[in-house]
Amino acid sequence: MPRPGTGTALTPWILMDQLLDFGPVFDNLDLILGGFWATVRLAVVTAILALIFGTFLTALRVSPVTVLSRTGSLVVNLLRNTPLTLLLAICILAINDELKITLSGTETVNRYWWGVLGLSIYTGAFVSEALQSGINTVPIGQAEAARSIGLTFLQSLRLIILPQAFRAVIAPLGSVLIAMIKNTTVVGAVAYGYEAAAVMKEMFDDMGASIPVFLGIAAGYLVLTLPTGFFFGWLAKRMAVAR
Amino acid sequence: MSRREATVLFDAPGPRARLRHNILTAVAVAVLLGIAYLVYARLNERGQFAGELWKPFVEPQVWQNLILPGLKNTLGAAAVASVLALLFGVVFGLARLSDHWWIRIPAGLVVEFFRAMPLLILIFLAFFVPPAISPIIADSPFGNAQRIIVENVLFVFGVEINAGNVTVPAFAALVFGLVMYNGSVLAEVVRAGVLAVPRGQSEAAYALGLRKNGVMRLVLLPQAVTAMLPAVVSQLVVLLKDTALGFIIAFQDLLSAGFRIVPANYHNLVPAAIIVSIIYIGMNLALSRLATWLEGRSRRSRKSAATTLSTGTGAPAAAGMGQQLSTAGATGTATGED
Repeated sequence: MPRPGTGTALTPWILMDQLLDFGPVFDNLDLILGGFWATVRLAVVTAILALIFGTFLTALRVSPVTVLSRTGSLVVNLLRNTPLTLLLAICILAINDELKITLSGTETVNRYWWGVLGLSIYTGAFVSEALQSGINTVPIGQAEAARSIGLTFLQSLRLIILPQAFRAVIAPLGSVLIAMIKNTTVVGAVAYGYEAAAVMKEMFDDMGASIPVFLGIAAGYLVLTLPTGFFFGWLAKRMAVAR
Repeated sequence: MSRREATVLFDAPGPRARLRHNILTAVAVAVLLGIAYLVYARLNERGQFAGELWKPFVEPQVWQNLILPGLKNTLGAAAVASVLALLFGVVFGLARLSDHWWIRIPAGLVVEFFRAMPLLILIFLAFFVPPAISPIIADSPFGNAQRIIVENVLFVFGVEINAGNVTVPAFAALVFGLVMYNGSVLAEVVRAGVLAVPRGQSEAAYALGLRKNGVMRLVLLPQAVTAMLPAVVSQLVVLLKDTALGFIIAFQDLLSAGFRIVPANYHNLVPAAIIVSIIYIGMNLALSRLATWLEGRSRRSRKSAATTLSTGTGAPAAAGMGQQLSTAGATGTATGED
C-alpha cells in the first residue's frame, strides 16, 4: 500500500483498483461465512425465545387481573426504552461478571447464552407490542358476537379472535424479526464476538479497513434481511383480513 | 381489583369471575414479591447494598465531572444527528416522490440500502475505513479534494486530516451512522406522510393552477407534517436510544461515563447500571410520551386532511416489505431497531 509521499501519483483508475480490491473478501470468504453462520445461530434461537417471551408478556398485558396487566405493561415500557447496548452490558458485566450468575461453565457458551437471552428479552418487548396491536385491530363487536352466540372464552379466542389478530400481526412481527437480525451486531460487539459484524471488525484490525470488506458484510446482511422482508410482506398480504 | 368493562378478550366480570380475579391477584402479588425477594437476596449476598457503593452518586463532583459531561455528549450527538437525519429524511423522502426516474430510483436505492443495514456496521464503516483509505486517496488526483472537503466541511464534526491521514472521532462516526440509518427511516416517514394526504388535495391545488413546487410546498407538506409528526418523534426516541452504541467505539457518552468510568473508579458496577438505566429510561419515556401526546393531538386536528401516521410507523425496518406503513388504528408497533 503506497504511503503518502512515497508512491507516484495514482490515476483515478488505479485508485479505483486499490480502493475496490475485493481480493480480501474472497480470500476470507470462509471467515465471513462463519460470521454469518454465528449470526444465524444467534438470530434463530433469539427469534424462538423472543416469540415465547413476547407471547408471555402479551398474555400478562391482556389478562383481566390488573396486577398482571400493569406488570406486563411496565416491563414492556421499561424494556422498550432501554438501549440494547445497555441491556446487554448489564447482562454481561453486571449480572454475569459482578453477580456471578452464569448460564454455562464454558466461557464462550456462557457469553453466547447471555447475548441470546439479552436480545430475546429486548426483542420480546417489541414482539409483545406487535401482538398487542394485533389484538387491538379486532373490533370488540367480533367478541360480543362470539359471546352472544354462546361461544365460551376459549372457543371465541380460538375461533374468532386469535385467527384475526394473528393475521394482523404478521407484518409488524416481520419487522420486529428483521430488526432483531440487525441487532445481533450489538450482541457481537458486547457479548459474543463471533458473528458477522465482529468478524468485520476483526478483519479491519487484521488486514486494514476497506470498503470491499464492508460491502461484503453489508451484502450478507441484505441476503439475510431482504428475503425475510419479502416473505413476511408476501405472507401479510396473502393473509390480510378483509374489513 | 379487576376491570369492570368488557374487552375484546374478556367479558365484564360477574361475581364468580371477580372472585377468581381476586384470587389470581393475590397469587400474582405473591409471585412478584417472590421474584423481587430473589433479586434482593442475590444483590444483598453480593454486597451490592453497601453504602460506599452508592455514595458516589450523592457526591456532586461525580455528577459534575463524569456523569453530566457524558449525558451532555449523548444529548449533543442525539441533537446533531436528529437535525441532520431530518434533513436527510426530507431530501430523500421527497426525492423518492420525484417525477424523474433518475432522481427517484437512486434515492430509493440509497434509502433501502441504509434501512437494511445494521447501524453498528455503519458506525464501524465511518470509524475504521477513512483512516485506512485516506493515504491512498491522498496520493491520487483526489488527494486535494479530500483535503479540502475534510478541512472545510467535515472539520465541524471533529474529523481531522494530517499529511493525508484522516482521523474520525467517535462522535463523528456515531453521528454518521445515526444520520444514515435514521435519515433513511425518516425518508420513508416523509414519503408516507405526503402519500397520506388525500389525492383530492393535490388535484384541487393543480386545478387552482399551482405548479409541482407550489402543490408540494403549500398544500401537501404542511398537511403531511401534522400527520407524520408523531412518527418522527418516535423515530427520534429510537435515535436517542441508539446513541448508546457509541459505547462500543469508546465514545464518551452517558453509558461510557456511567458504566465504564464510574465503576472503574468506585467498583460499583451494579449501582451504576441501575442509575444509568434510570436516566436512559427517563429520557426515552419523556420523548415517547411526547410522541403519544402529539399523536392524540394530530388525530383530533382538523387542520390536516391526512390520516395520522401512528408512532410505530417509522419502524418498518423491513427493506423489501414494501408499503407496510399503516395509517390506521393501533399505536406503537415499534420494532426495537438499535
